[in-house]
Amino acid sequence: MNGAPLIEVEHLTMRFGGLVAVDDVTFSARPRQITAIIGPNGAGKTTVFNCITGFYKPTVGRLTLRADREYLLERMLGHEIGQKAKVARTFQNIRLFPGMTVLENLMVAQHNKLMRASGMSVFGLFGLKRYRDAETAAIGVARRWLERINLVADADRPAGELPYGAQRRLEIARAMCTGPRLLCLDEPAAGLNPRESAELNALLISIRDGDGIGVLLIEHDMSVVMRISDHVVVLDYGRKIAEGAPAEVQRDPAVIRAYLGTDEGGPDA
Amino acid sequence: MGPRLQHHLKDAGLTALVAAGLGIFIVGFRTYDIGKGLTFDYQFVDLGIAIVTIFFGRLGLSLAADGLSWPALALGAVLGAIGASPLKLPSTFLHWFVTLAGLLIVLRTIWPWANHGLAVARHSPRGVPVGQAIAKWIGAALLVVAVILPMTPLGDQKTMDLAVLILTYVMLGWGLNIVVGLAGLLDLGYVAFYAVGAYSYALLSTQYGLGFWSVLPLAGMMAASFGLLLGFPVLRLRGDYLAIVTMGFGEIIRLVLLNWVDLSNGPAGIGSIPGPTLFGVVFAETAPAGKQTFAEMMGIPFSGNQRLIFLYYIILALALVTNFFTQRVRRLPVGRAWEALREDETACKALGINPTNTKLTAFAVGAMFAGFAGSFFAAKQRFISPESFTFIESAIILSIVVLGGMGSQIGVVLAAVLLIGLPEWFRDLGAYRMVAFGLAMVLIMVFRPRGLIAHREPSVRLHPVHRRGAA
Repeated sequence: MNGAPLIEVEHLTMRFGGLVAVDDVTFSARPRQITAIIGPNGAGKTTVFNCITGFYKPTVGRLTLRADREYLLERMLGHEIGQKAKVARTFQNIRLFPGMTVLENLMVAQHNKLMRASGMSVFGLFGLKRYRDAETAAIGVARRWLERINLVADADRPAGELPYGAQRRLEIARAMCTGPRLLCLDEPAAGLNPRESAELNALLISIRDGDGIGVLLIEHDMSVVMRISDHVVVLDYGRKIAEGAPAEVQRDPAVIRAYLGTDEGGPDA
Repeated sequence: MGPRLQHHLKDAGLTALVAAGLGIFIVGFRTYDIGKGLTFDYQFVDLGIAIVTIFFGRLGLSLAADGLSWPALALGAVLGAIGASPLKLPSTFLHWFVTLAGLLIVLRTIWPWANHGLAVARHSPRGVPVGQAIAKWIGAALLVVAVILPMTPLGDQKTMDLAVLILTYVMLGWGLNIVVGLAGLLDLGYVAFYAVGAYSYALLSTQYGLGFWSVLPLAGMMAASFGLLLGFPVLRLRGDYLAIVTMGFGEIIRLVLLNWVDLSNGPAGIGSIPGPTLFGVVFAETAPAGKQTFAEMMGIPFSGNQRLIFLYYIILALALVTNFFTQRVRRLPVGRAWEALREDETACKALGINPTNTKLTAFAVGAMFAGFAGSFFAAKQRFISPESFTFIESAIILSIVVLGGMGSQIGVVLAAVLLIGLPEWFRDLGAYRMVAFGLAMVLIMVFRPRGLIAHREPSVRLHPVHRRGAA
């Protein structure tokens, strides 16, 4: 019902020397859907993310993003994936620009748009109107996001001074300020308390429905995954072991085995 | 009170003992050359005074650290008064020493108060940082002083010479601040671009007869292309590794200049470089054919100071252009991308910022300003040789940036005045000059570990600052 997939991951394999971190994984994610990738520690979830966002070059496989045209992500340079294919991501361990203010973090995210408006800095240097207008518009975008994540009052504080939960939200807002088609979130609920976690759920749903983009989510917190995701992909030891709607996946014996261990696995449960 | 005082006295006594042990051979004896050999001279009085000062100095510091502010202040004042008094101490150095000891105690005592005051001020309502308002005022005051300095009686030859030197380093500091302070690329070979600018002007003016003003942009462009040249191979390097490679680059340029005799005249250097002109008017005693000297044009007698003042205004203007450019570019996307790159390169890449271009522009722009400064240096000195572009110059420029507070514009000015000015002002101290210089450096690093001015002003604000009560 949702039309063509936004991103198709086909036969993705990533080897580090002798270690196969991701082994022949195929799945797709659709626009206006939250696709969750789950799996036990070391299952290769973050490696899949790093391949999609250009931090690793996959050993084998094709990553196709379909938008105005087809982008073959595995052939693009790291920054081009953000710049041209418009895939944005957050990190497992938050990576803000801690010394810069909250607002500046959101302005840096709009770099490419502003860079064009500033005529590669020349117009901006002379304070031309064209650049000033673009900057005002960019501040407007940033302000709207600050309102959504409830950080307007902290806009001029260094991002590193914010409490942990606020930093998580800011990182998502920063990724959204790049104007992405696909948002990849690497454990956004890690370290959040139940109230913050519920706020995050609401934010992600509003991004899915309001902004209408595809969201790819790595998450350990099952309450988040089961409540908000539309589609779940389960990885274990680098392989895809299950895929489907959250309720189906939850009942899948292979998934239960991966998470809880088997009888042969020993007495631990 | 009793046991604590006893403890402090014991501590001070121990310190004095250590000082005596260290100082007895260094200060206590002095070797003399009496023609047919060396002989000793004893300076036990000097040593004694120094040890007594150290005893009371230590006592004062521990009292201050213990919160006994008033006795400490009194002790500091007494020491300061003795040092500054006309009382006949055996050497000028001892006068300085005793005064400094007193000053140190006083500073140490009032430091917590001052810090507390600053902290209160810093967290004033709405978080308006007072430091930033003060920095603005200092900036404006310094600019006024800089503009009118040559017209005041202070503007004699010696001062102007020093002022030109300081301003050259201010400009270099501002230029390097782009690379190190904003983009966070630790560059230990900055002097290479300074050398490229200097040799560009020296060669183009002596070989092709081009004037200062037409070479200036060319020299900047030359230096910028050398910045790109350095930038490409070091794109993947960070931190220590980057520092090592840039340092090597600086040495390569110097060694090439030293050995490529056909181009650079090698260690003999290039001489009789023409100075800058003012719309074709020359600053010299006699003008070449068809030109006019400034003194002739104005109908005043020639003095060497005219040239110096002219040079002073040129470097002031060049430095201000550098400053203006930096202030402006910080508010542009490219400037913000530099700062973001300093904070986290991985995150930059994830946001679609091209790290290659961003780094290269930082290198090129920083190098360009060094090139401008270099061609000014050549025009001022009228003689350059590879000797002027040794590693120590890079180290001094970097110290200015770090000491001033990474990324702070006004900090660079203060640090340049301290680092370049102090050694000159301390000349009266003779052999102890570098000791005083070192002491000043240590004090700054102890009391302001993040540089003189560590405040960072955001490049853009959502909530405009309300100036109420800030100034």
